[in-house]
Formats: sequence, C-alpha cells, structure tokens
Amino acid sequence: MLTDPVPTESGALPEAGLHRSRLGVSWARPRVRLGVLGAAVLVLTAVYLFTAVPGSLSFALEVRSLTVVAMLVVATAVGVSTVVFHTITQNRILTPSIMGFDAFYVLISTIIVFFSGSAAFLGFDQLTLWLVQVVVMVAFSVLLFTWLFGGKRRSLHLMLLVGIVLGTFFRAFTEWMQRMLDPLDFQVLSDAMFASLTRPDEMLLLLTTGLVVLGCAAVVPLLRVLDVLTLGEPAAVGLGVDHRRVVMVLFASVSVMIAASTALVGPILFFGLIVANLAYSYAGSFRHVWTLPTAVLIGVICLLGGQLILERLFGFGGTLSTVIDFAGGLFFLYLVLRKGAR
Amino acid sequence: MRPRRTWVGVLVAVLLVVLAFASLFVGVSDVSPSSVLTGGPDSDAAFLLVASRIPRTVAVLLAGASLGIAGLIMQMLVRNKFVEPGTTGVSEFATLGMLATMVFLPGLAVVGKMGVAAVFGLFGTWVFLRVVRVVPVRQLVLVPLVGIMLGGVVGAVTTFFAYRLDLLQSLGQWSQGSFATIMQGRYEFLWIAGLMVVLAWVAADRFSVIGLGEEFATNLGLDYRRVVAVGMVIIAVITAAVLVTAGMIPFLGLVVPNIVSLIIGDNVRRSIPWVAGIGAVFVLACDLIARVVRFPYEIPLGVIVGIIGAALFLWLLLRRRSRAH
Repeated sequence: MLTDPVPTESGALPEAGLHRSRLGVSWARPRVRLGVLGAAVLVLTAVYLFTAVPGSLSFALEVRSLTVVAMLVVATAVGVSTVVFHTITQNRILTPSIMGFDAFYVLISTIIVFFSGSAAFLGFDQLTLWLVQVVVMVAFSVLLFTWLFGGKRRSLHLMLLVGIVLGTFFRAFTEWMQRMLDPLDFQVLSDAMFASLTRPDEMLLLLTTGLVVLGCAAVVPLLRVLDVLTLGEPAAVGLGVDHRRVVMVLFASVSVMIAASTALVGPILFFGLIVANLAYSYAGSFRHVWTLPTAVLIGVICLLGGQLILERLFGFGGTLSTVIDFAGGLFFLYLVLRKGAR
Repeated sequence: MRPRRTWVGVLVAVLLVVLAFASLFVGVSDVSPSSVLTGGPDSDAAFLLVASRIPRTVAVLLAGASLGIAGLIMQMLVRNKFVEPGTTGVSEFATLGMLATMVFLPGLAVVGKMGVAAVFGLFGTWVFLRVVRVVPVRQLVLVPLVGIMLGGVVGAVTTFFAYRLDLLQSLGQWSQGSFATIMQGRYEFLWIAGLMVVLAWVAADRFSVIGLGEEFATNLGLDYRRVVAVGMVIIAVITAAVLVTAGMIPFLGLVVPNIVSLIIGDNVRRSIPWVAGIGAVFVLACDLIARVVRFPYEIPLGVIVGIIGAALFLWLLLRRRSRAH
C-alpha cells in the first residue's frame, strides 16, 4: 500500500529515501508514472494501427481507428465510473455494473428476439436500440437512487442490494424467455450478449463519446471533493461537503457513462475492478487527479494490449471481453482472498 | 403471542398436507383420488402416481425443506440475516463443478456429479467465509453484496467456459430450477439433503452458540472450527443435491429463515422444523403455480420463486429502520 506523500511547504513532494535519477525525474511522482502510461498507450496505438496491415493502409486505418476510439471511450467510462463509484461507496470491490445494467441490456435484447425473431433483431435499427437501452438503464438507476438515497433511508449499500435483487428478478424473467427460444435464435442472442469492441457503429460511437464526455465533465470539477469523500461521509460533511448533492451528481454521471458504454459494446462486468485496483497501487497517489487518468490509461492498455495479443498471436479477436471478464474474475478472487473486502 | 404462534403452526401443517395432495393430483394426465382407488394398483393412474407424481411431490418437499435449512445454517455461520447459498457464490461454485464434470467426466454417474458439485460448493463456502471475516460485522448489507459479487465472478468464469465449449444452453438447465423432469429414480439424492436437515437438527444448539461468535463459543467449550466445518458440509451437500436434481432455486434459503425468525424468534433448535415446513410449503406452492399458470405447459419454477422471493427479500430489506445498516 502506497500512501500519498505529503507535500512540503514549497509544494514539492518529499523525496526522502527515494532514488532520484540524474534527470531529476523521480519514480515517486504520480506525474512521471502517468507519463510512462501515456507513452505506453501511444506505442500500443501505433503498433495496433500500423503493423500487420493486410491490404490497403487507408482502409485498415479507418477500421482500426474506430476500434481504438471505442476502446478509449469504454476505458474512460469504465475507469472513471468505477473509481468514482468506489469512492462514494467507500468500498473497493464493487463495480457499478453489478447494479443490473447488464441485466437490462440482456432483457431488452431478449424481448426483441422473443417477440420478433433473431432476423428482426439483427436487422433492428441500432440507433433506436441504443437509445432505448440507455434511457431504460439511466431511468432505472436514477429511480433506484432517488428512492433509496434521496429520501429518508440514505444507504448506498442498501440501494445496491435492492438494485441487485431487482437485477436477479429481471434475469429470471430473461432466462425464462430464453428457454422458450429455438436454438438458432438463442445462438444469435448469446453472441450478442458478449461485449464486442471491434467495428462499432460510427453514429453510436459518436453519441456514446458525447455522453461519456458529459459524464467526465460533471466529475472534473468535483476532483477535490472526491478526495474529501475518501475520508468517509461524516468527515466529508464536517469539512463542508454537501454530501447528498455531490453523491447525486457523481452517481448520475456514473450511471450515464456505464449505460452509454454498455449500450455501445455490451456488458463488461469486471473490467472496471481490475483497472481501478491496479490504478490505486500504481498511481503513487490517492488523489483523484492522478487515480482517475491512471485508471483510464490502464484500461486502454488492457483493451489495446489484449486485443493485440488475441488478434495477432491467437487469431481470435472477437472474444476480448470474455477474456477480460475471466481475468477480472480471477483478479477479484485474488483481491478478496488477499486483502479482504475493505 | 403463544396462541397466535400455535395457529400459524397449525396453518402451515394444514397447508403442507393440502398442497402435497394437490401436487399429487395436478397434471396433464387425469389422475384423481377416485381414479386411483377404482383402477386398482395396476391402472395407469396408479402407475403415474408412483412413477411421477409421488417422486415429484417428495422431491419438492425435500428440496424446499433442505434449502431453507441451508440458508439458516449459513446465516448462523456468517452471523448475517441476508445470506444464503445463492447470495454467497456457493451455488455458482457448485454450478462450476457441474460444468467441470460435463467437460472432463461426461460419463460420470449422477452421484459423482453431485459429489463434484458439493466439493466445489464447499470450496465456495470456504472462500466466502474467508472474505466475510474482513467485512466489518456492522455493515449488514455489505456482506451479501460482496457475496453476490463473488457469485457474479464465478458465474462469469462458468459462462466463459460454457460459451467457448458450446454448453450454454445445457447450463441453462441448471441455472433455473424446475421439477418438471423428476421421476422415480431421478430424485433419490434429495434424501441425502433430507439427511442433512436431520443432522442440522441434531447439531442445532451448537449452531446457536456459533451464532454468538468465535470467542464466545470457544469460551463455552465448543470446538468452533469443527462446528463450522460441519455447517459448511451441510450447506454444500444440500446445495449440490438440489442443483443436480432440480437446478438453482434462488432466494429461498434467505426468505424462509427470515420469515420464521419474525414468527418465533432466533432459537435455532425451535426454528428448524418451522424453516423446513415453511420452506416445503413455499416451494410446493410455487411448483403448483408453475404447473397451472400456462396449463398444460409448465413454466420454470425458478421464475416463480425468483419473482416471489425477490419481492419478499425486498420487503425484508426495506422494512428495517434505515439506521440499522
């Protein structure tokens, strides 16, 4: 566990006992660490864009750059929302996606296949589908939140649990419908249930990017407030934070970002968990100014690197999300068994 | 309080008998008490009764009773009212065990499948207990939250393998409980679950003491670890037996013990027959609903239990004062 070094009066971090290279660049500085990540992202992007081009470079660039943008957007949405979520729930092993966002995604897709067949589902207007999904997910989470956090109860954990129970309820319903599908329809549906980051629809990508930028714009002015929230609710209130209002704003932006990225690429369950927890131990600071961008960059590295390895080494690029969920699951188990659920 | 409690007990007993009777005589083929009596032991009605209806009813009774007990024991071990095999990852671990047998030992006998599932479930219980040890006890709601997260993780791992191996739809069979395919010779493992209920009853007082915490139990001269181990085995075996024969039945182990503790309080020895009885009534009722709603077709029991159980769970969650989390 790294602790945040306390700045001295001049504002510089104390370098006591830390190795300082001749360039005056110290590994203890979050800025340096972030820079290293940024460089890694640039290198990976270049490798992904310009190597192993099968035919015309311009065509490959067009297709690949869309994938890269989708990865950036998803990594930003997932990274920022998970770290913010951890801070407002005071717990590091939850992810906003357990609240049933994925249940809704699957439910809506299943309803379409169930009532109009898989052919109609494949031919369904992507934009309408995306809009419906985003609206339903955001409406659900906002209703849940105002009911259990805006009123007298004010318990985030209770809200999450109610969200999960409702999610289970919807999943039962979904599974029942899936059981009545014929195998071909089921196949189409189950392929759609796994997130896919390659070749996103341009229009949807643009809309998703817009929503994610909006979500981040709501979080940025609250960076310092987030640092205070880390101390816990009573301390934060004592230091003059309007806890309820701030948490509401943060939660709204989290649910918008998660809803948008889920509607774009499908359910990603445990990706945020890996990214956020790696960011805490890597960033060298617990201030959100550093942990948030670190989480985003680590997310991009995971997605891009994972895609590169799967596509270029193993030749199956479409299964990145399942591999990430799988790795994230194992990582989660490691986390809770090593440190427990603090 | 006491006369009212007696009445509730009588009501549960009457319901149990009535529902069990109804369960014997509801179905596509016409089997009624009169047709069995007039047809004699060699009639179709009698055959159906012995081969399908009685096994199904017994299976439902055993599954309902034992799942309630599994939830009760789990709540004692974890000292939290909101846990059960389904909210702690135990069911998911057991399902992973089922998948493992499908992949590596496809020809394995059912008892072997159950054994593997039970071992996985046992591991799941162990993992969860380890995780819970570091969750602050006062954060009541956080414990099931962590458990569900754990279950989600294991479920994702299972899904990943099932998807890559094209076993998703076969796996769907277990992820949603149903007694539709129960016949003679296909449910007998549930008697093992029934045995676990008896074992739980015998060890009831020990579980009560365990519920007071490790130091307290040790001070009273109890071998804390051994009792916890016995509890874990009970939970894992019941979960595996029900999973292998009927599939996953959500929320039951959570809702039933809570309702019982509202009626008679928290004495484990006294509440075990209540939990078993109400659990059996609950699943019987849900199974009957699943059979008659779209007659002559059946809908999966898991859906009915999921819907009613989720509603009851939410009520239990929300009826507490907001200060108590």
